[in-house]
Amino acid sequence: MARTALPGRLSPRLEWRVATLADFVDETATARTLLLDVPGWPGHLPGQHVDVRLTDEDGYSTQRSYSLAAPADGERVELTIQRVEDGEVSPYLADTLAVGDPIELRGPVGGWFLWHPSRTAPVLLVGGGSGIVPLMAMVRARRQARSRAPFRLIYSVRTPMDLIYASELRRSARDDGGLDITTVYTRSAPEAWPRPPGRLGLDDIERFGWPPQFEPTCFVCGPTGFVEHVATTLVHLGHDPRRIRTERFGPTGG
Amino acid sequence: MVTNAYEYEDGNALAGPLSELFAVDVTAATGRCVSCGDTGRVADLRVYVNAPGYVARCPGCDHVMLRLVRSPDAAWLDLQGTLSLRVPMPPG
Ligand SMILES: Cc1cc2nc3c(=O)[nH]c(=O)nc-3n(C[C@H](O)[C@H](O)[C@H](O)COP(=O)(O)OP(=O)(O)OC[C@H]3O[C@@H](n4cnc5c(N)ncnc54)[C@H](O)[C@@H]3O)c2cc1C
Ligand SMILES: [Zn+2]
Repeated sequence: MARTALPGRLSPRLEWRVATLADFVDETATARTLLLDVPGWPGHLPGQHVDVRLTDEDGYSTQRSYSLAAPADGERVELTIQRVEDGEVSPYLADTLAVGDPIELRGPVGGWFLWHPSRTAPVLLVGGGSGIVPLMAMVRARRQARSRAPFRLIYSVRTPMDLIYASELRRSARDDGGLDITTVYTRSAPEAWPRPPGRLGLDDIERFGWPPQFEPTCFVCGPTGFVEHVATTLVHLGHDPRRIRTERFGPTGG
Repeated sequence: MVTNAYEYEDGNALAGPLSELFAVDVTAATGRCVSCGDTGRVADLRVYVNAPGYVARCPGCDHVMLRLVRSPDAAWLDLQGTLSLRVPMPPG
């Protein structure tokens, strides 16, 4: 590769870009979707993420990763932030950042936890809490591409109040042919819900996922403990570890 | 951030920081662990954020495979725990 070609190729990846909050949507009492305008955004694939950097007046800066919540749409980028009590970055993004305010953002990054809309193999998505975010990007990209890839989504949340993208998921379950959605409540379920509240278990994954013989690609995302538990269960059920892709969002929760 | 057994993310979290050093995405690369010989994706390593750096451990044996520390004017990448790294490349 010509050396001179490198800087040109590298610079768009390296760059911290200034993004501006254009609008936001409150998804739940603790999760907010940020609609950001990012001049020069190069596009991305569902499952990729960005690093967000905040810098205060004394120059102290800190950064965190956030999944891209929707497929590429020009210079518009969506992130959904779940506020972590006592967190350093998420409460600022979810509560304080106002329309017109800038943040710095680098990406898209990540080349493993992603789904190409051209793929036709069955897909199992398992999300815990805010782990739904990159999986939603895949569901949305599937719809946008009119893909017929068989999708199953298992979404684990504590209570009905914690459902992110609730109404869109309801619509998708009805209108996106070939997409099955199962919601699992861990603490309290809606009235008359067939499954009693409780941690996502082997039975759920066996019942609402794909049999391993179908060789689905499995995307598992959420808090570290949740991801660990689901990935272990999938292997136990006979899924090939090489077809299990995980994204851990860090400590506890779920 | 305080570190205990569960307080880690995975190698996907290294995608941004490593993009400062590599022209290609390294999280899709396959690494071989010096300690146990297992191979696996960089995306599947266990990443501990010990500010100001990152420590990535083998999910099989917990050996440190990669360390990355970024200072204002340099990045320090320690790959002592990695025997090899196979990076998928576009045809060139
Ligand atoms: C690749 C990747 C993608 C991610 N995508 C998203 C996303 O789309 N949406 C999103 O909301 N978050 C996402 N995260 C998590 C996000 O990067 C932050 O870790 C999270 O917002 C907490 O940051 P904070 O600064 O608010 O908390 P910190 O200041 O980092 O932590 C404060 C306290 O909260 C605890 N804590 C930290 N993170 C969590 C957590 N996730 N759950 C419960 N307790 C926690 C800590 O142990 C500490 O006690 C992603 C992480 C990764 C690695
Ligand atoms: Zn090892």
